Amino acid sequence: MDTVEQIREAILNAVPGATVEIIPSTPAAQQPALLVDREHLLAAAKYLKEEARYQFDYCSCVTGVDYLKVGQVEVVYHLYSVALRHGPVVLKVRAPRELDKCHVPSLTPVWRGCEFQEREAFDLYGIKFDSHPDLRRILMWDEFVDHPMRKDYVAPLDYEWEPTPHDETLDRAVVAQGIIPPSAREELEKAKKK
Amino acid sequence: MIQPLTDIKPSGMIETQTIEVSIGPQHPSTHGVFRMDAVLDGETVVALKPVMGYLHRNHEQLAEKMSWLASIPYTDRLDYFNSMTNNWALCLSVEKLAGIKVPERAEYTRVIVSELTRILNHSCVIGFMLQDLGAWGTPLLYAFREREKILDLFESLSGARMMCNYMRFGGVRVDLTEAMIDQAKAIVAKFPRFLDDFEQLLTNNEVLLARCQKVGILPKELAINASISGPMARASGVDYDIRKVDKYGIYGRLDFRVPLGEVGDVYDRYYVRVLEMRESLKILNQVLRDIPAGPFIAPEVKLRNFKIPVGDGYGRVEGPKGELGFYLVSDEGGKMPYRYHCRPPSFINLTTLEDMCLGHKVADVVIILGSVDIVLGEVDR
Repeated sequence: MDTVEQIREAILNAVPGATVEIIPSTPAAQQPALLVDREHLLAAAKYLKEEARYQFDYCSCVTGVDYLKVGQVEVVYHLYSVALRHGPVVLKVRAPRELDKCHVPSLTPVWRGCEFQEREAFDLYGIKFDSHPDLRRILMWDEFVDHPMRKDYVAPLDYEWEPTPHDETLDRAVVAQGIIPPSAREELEKAKKK
Repeated sequence: MIQPLTDIKPSGMIETQTIEVSIGPQHPSTHGVFRMDAVLDGETVVALKPVMGYLHRNHEQLAEKMSWLASIPYTDRLDYFNSMTNNWALCLSVEKLAGIKVPERAEYTRVIVSELTRILNHSCVIGFMLQDLGAWGTPLLYAFREREKILDLFESLSGARMMCNYMRFGGVRVDLTEAMIDQAKAIVAKFPRFLDDFEQLLTNNEVLLARCQKVGILPKELAINASISGPMARASGVDYDIRKVDKYGIYGRLDFRVPLGEVGDVYDRYYVRVLEMRESLKILNQVLRDIPAGPFIAPEVKLRNFKIPVGDGYGRVEGPKGELGFYLVSDEGGKMPYRYHCRPPSFINLTTLEDMCLGHKVADVVIILGSVDIVLGEVDR
């Protein structure tokens, strides 16, 4: 199989205008990832699937990751080829973590196997997948409001009575658990400076 | 005047309505708390949506709040039939990220316990599937009788029958004794006879053939595209076994074949599992014969204060249900996973449930689900 650098070059040639960045993994794992911009992800994925040299026909694993400090969420796709028996190639895409801007293109039209896993990432991380055929919650129940795997999620005091903390319920949970929410933290720091 | 309940169409056909039926979550044939929203036209399935999450406990978030080591017992609870392979998947991923080399004896031990797990899973799945077909008890209890012998071995090895918590980063927790190896040899020696009995009862059984053949067909292209893995993909003719492809552990050195199906129906899924058990016995014969002496865990791996350098990685094993993988991210500090994602095979194998069920009768939905082989602890996590 080609190295990640070669695959990067091939994507850049096949998808004009795309930006592809290489992100290293741990030194031992040796699975460097390709970070593709949101606009060109779908085209890059289609290219990797259809190009005769690569034929990544099997999308094994879709993961949402929340990077709170950077202010971004990331979706990671692990691609393998059943036909040529190579892989993995790791595709990554990033989006801002504010809920209204947090959307990436869905790869379900390319690989059906992404369907449930993207629904899971939507459910637990609030990442919206554009043009996903059936984007609903899958593990949490439909009435649930928040996205529980986000790093700033505050668990309620009692799931039986307050399944989703927001507004007053959230304030109570924050106080009871001794957690300072990000908004209050800024105010506290301002007060300290004064 | 009494209104007729249905209009008679000019052609003589009765005009009918579709009806939505919720199968589950409390239904014995759904293997746990799993629900299928089915739209039926008479007895025929027109649409079907799987609904899951009743057993969701956010396994991933639990693991992100504790050390790398502490999440091993939690993986036992994912797929409670196959705790050994679940342990292996996590350990393999962590070893991959940290670059740990596993001693030879530990690799052999891991193969022994994993192949025994595969045998017990497959025999139980066949039992459960036939239970769904209406063969009440007999095949299942035959399978459970054999499973008991393997569980006894696991109990003497790890202290627990199902929640084994047996593997550690860089090896296994306790060593296999000679007596246990003899016990395993005895199980392996007797198992083919059980399989022969089982097959004599089932493989050419008229009822089984009538109910299973040409039911729930999954085409090969769809199986690959929908990320179906494990025996279910191989029943559809996808030649993809991670033991052969990745050659993790010592599988590259072992001699075994990968059985494939031709049609991709329920019967193929049954028969591929029977053949896989025979291949597992072949593997077990080799490893039980060749297991070397030596350390059973890498001595340089610290149990306490175990850290992983910054970065991410994905490791996977061929579990009895399919590809079980863990995607792990380690950040500064490295004592706890920043992100811990489990790729559950039975969750993703449900993607094509609707495609397989369309056009079949309600009674077939039950065996199609049985042939997918799900465990809700893993589907919902």
